[in-house]
Amino acid sequence: MSGLLLPKPDAATLAKREEIIADMRIIVPGEGIVEAESGMRAFESDGLTAYRQLPLVVVLPETVAQVSRVLKYCHERNIRVVPRGSGTSLSGGALPLEDAVLLVMSRFNRILEIDLANRAVVAQPGVTNLGITQAVEHEGFYYAPDPSSQIACSIGGNVAENSGGVHCLKYGLTANNILGIQMVLMNGEVIRLGGKHLDSEGYDLLGLMTGSEGLLGVVTEVTVRILKKPETARALLIGFPSSEQAGQCVADIIGAGIIPGGMEMMDRPAIHAAEAFVHAGYPLDVEALLIVELDGPQAEVHHLIERVEAIAHKNGCTTNRISNSDEERLSFWAGRKAAFPAVGRISPDYYCMDGTIPRKELPRVLSGMRELSEKYGLGVANVFHAGDGNLHPLILYDANKPGELERAEAFGADILRLCVNVGGVLTGEHGVGVEKRDLMPEMFSEEDLNQQIRVKCAFDPNHLLNPGKVFPQLHRCAELGRMHIHRGQMPFPDIPRF
Amino acid sequence: MTTFTPETAAEVLNIVRWAVGEEMPLEVVGHGSKRGIGRPAQTEHTLDLSGLTGVTLYEPEELVLSAKAGTPLAEIEQLLADNSQQFAFEPMDYGPLLGGTVGRGTVGGALGANLSGPRRIKAGAARDHVLGVHAVSGRGEAFKSGGRVVKNVTGYDLSKGLAGSWGTLAVVTDVTFKVLPAAETEKTLAIVGLDDGEAAAAMADAMGSSAELSGAAHLPVSVGGRFLDGAFSSEARTLLRVEGVGPSVDYRIDLLAGLMRPYGTVEIIEPPLSRTLWQEIRDCKPFADGTSAPVWRVSVAPTVGHKLVDAFRRAAGANAFYDWQGGLIWLRMEADPEAEILRGLIAHFGGGHATLVRAAPSVRSAVPTFQPQPQALAALTQRLKKQFDPRNILNPGRMATS
Repeated sequence: MSGLLLPKPDAATLAKREEIIADMRIIVPGEGIVEAESGMRAFESDGLTAYRQLPLVVVLPETVAQVSRVLKYCHERNIRVVPRGSGTSLSGGALPLEDAVLLVMSRFNRILEIDLANRAVVAQPGVTNLGITQAVEHEGFYYAPDPSSQIACSIGGNVAENSGGVHCLKYGLTANNILGIQMVLMNGEVIRLGGKHLDSEGYDLLGLMTGSEGLLGVVTEVTVRILKKPETARALLIGFPSSEQAGQCVADIIGAGIIPGGMEMMDRPAIHAAEAFVHAGYPLDVEALLIVELDGPQAEVHHLIERVEAIAHKNGCTTNRISNSDEERLSFWAGRKAAFPAVGRISPDYYCMDGTIPRKELPRVLSGMRELSEKYGLGVANVFHAGDGNLHPLILYDANKPGELERAEAFGADILRLCVNVGGVLTGEHGVGVEKRDLMPEMFSEEDLNQQIRVKCAFDPNHLLNPGKVFPQLHRCAELGRMHIHRGQMPFPDIPRF
Repeated sequence: MTTFTPETAAEVLNIVRWAVGEEMPLEVVGHGSKRGIGRPAQTEHTLDLSGLTGVTLYEPEELVLSAKAGTPLAEIEQLLADNSQQFAFEPMDYGPLLGGTVGRGTVGGALGANLSGPRRIKAGAARDHVLGVHAVSGRGEAFKSGGRVVKNVTGYDLSKGLAGSWGTLAVVTDVTFKVLPAAETEKTLAIVGLDDGEAAAAMADAMGSSAELSGAAHLPVSVGGRFLDGAFSSEARTLLRVEGVGPSVDYRIDLLAGLMRPYGTVEIIEPPLSRTLWQEIRDCKPFADGTSAPVWRVSVAPTVGHKLVDAFRRAAGANAFYDWQGGLIWLRMEADPEAEILRGLIAHFGGGHATLVRAAPSVRSAVPTFQPQPQALAALTQRLKKQFDPRNILNPGRMATS
């Protein structure tokens, strides 16, 4: 592990491990406790495998009452808790802590209600993202957000991370596709936010919870909006001699008022890696490849595909294929969807970044990345959610070579600084977690971060839920609560008043 | 009695700092177009943001617009329309309903009230389109959240947290919204003569089809005369809106017509009238009657809306119409608001909320205008308020429910 500082383990908690485990067994009887090292190994990291840590104990509750009792117990005894869904986080959001109970929600795996007339599904948080779609697809419905881990990632984890996917420019992120949740606060209180109705009666706590990375509460039930599956989908596979032209094509498509269901870009190294891996028929003599997918009623898709084709030609594309069957469309996607493992074949290890930039800055960011690649002596391949400016640079390195992981991390941090400098952000969909925690000051001032931590204080004043994630430093709530009075005179004679 | 009208975010910060230091509560307003919503202010001073104006960034191809909070919404919507774009959340104009003029309201107010319109069921509300804010908390500290890109999960989404907070957590000075292409055209399919229950079934059917509706409303005959200069005065209309490119709109209208024919006679409403009609629905035209008779805005699960109204009418005299597939109910009371009966029924029918968006000040002082919350949730709400505004300086009591 490179030099990541996690909160200092609490010696008193470590000393009471046996007692805590015994109490957990009472709260969650049966198979719900994993305490042996061999069993806990399966939980020592999430999708960010560079970081590993065994928890104090793994607890797998089965009922909301158990979750409530576990949290209340920990709250009263000042024991830290790390919630975990399926453990697919790419930012270390579910990384255990040595002195924390790892609360694993995977046994909450049932769909509770399918309500087609209100286009809602009520699911337990451990149901997979794809599991929701599978529960309703026989009726022609689906759940729109589709993170690439959708076969494994849980809907509760999606709420925690505000997960996206390739279709979110048109269909939105998790935050735009959930209607309500039931959750448990750190003090054990169970609350409901939203339901099958729209909007909140008071503050938008559902909006605050979505993307809060397990620091505010534990989700125990999710009500999602489902949509009717689009009648048809067709894709274009368009190659360009430069990324500038591909970028302009994207801008022109959106400028023409077209919001495609998906719009992905790959650079030359990513195209070559993907083609070598899945033989999708990608052109190898282009610098940038666009996949543009249009979905909706047949009449609309047919109409728009011609307009996109014309825009592509105007921007000097050198290859252009249009899918004529679902099979062909999926073959266009095959290379993109396999891009990560494909890069994994050409490099022993890779490190996936997740910055978002204003799209027009793409040429500048790509050339900056090339310079950084030379500076650090590490290769980089780029896949890019082109519609919304979300970049996934894959930094190629070999963890077995001394110093390469540290170099890859420094390279990645520089890429994210570059994203922030051009008006972008540190993370588009993977979350801050532990990975980007220490970069938060690149984007936020101390006052910005303090106001975020104050939200945390309203939910969990003792910082017991998932500490060490998201915020570089968790100031104590008492300290943050203190008022700094900037006593002044009746303000400003120069301000217009009436 | 002082009204401060700052022209910069720095001036806003200084005013709030002064107010915090002196423990002088402020009523925070833009144009004041929604001042009649919530418990009446009892503050000595007013922070008027209408001088904090200007679009600071608009990049149509990046789908992003930033403006100072006091910028008139009408001005921004015109700018967007000139570029064939729009706020997809279709912010309603409360002006006419609350006895004011049309076209007032600011972009900051759109966020503070979490405005939306008929397209809410497809495209979301202001909360779903806000990308970032700059704001001053009730602690007298300036902070920002979010950014200017459409995909961002860096840190807590305080911008969403401020949506629908009615100026009680922080004073937003700058706001950035996602903007989207405006639909090239639209048409509305109307089904004639359904009762509320039949309409709910028809709308659920239509919303579950691949017609991709951007509006589903039901106008009972009791309100029909108030739309399109009386065009619907003799029979109820159930309205389904389709937006998009021409060939797609025609295709989907045909699809809908086939699907809806078993419910009753259908008619097609063409673009200019369709646009006017949905604007009238959005702005609650039938109840914009120049009175201060209580008006409720109720949000429930779409399929129970008509049952709730039916049960409520057994206890109280009220006129009603439906948007959002039946899940948004506008209720105009004949006399008292009957808040307890209404909220009891909402709980009975599976939950939701009712906001008293219009009533005389004396009524709003006595009745909780915002929906009371269960104890644990109410306590959390209070803790959040305290974190942002510990001295209760910003719009104190406006969202009070007790």
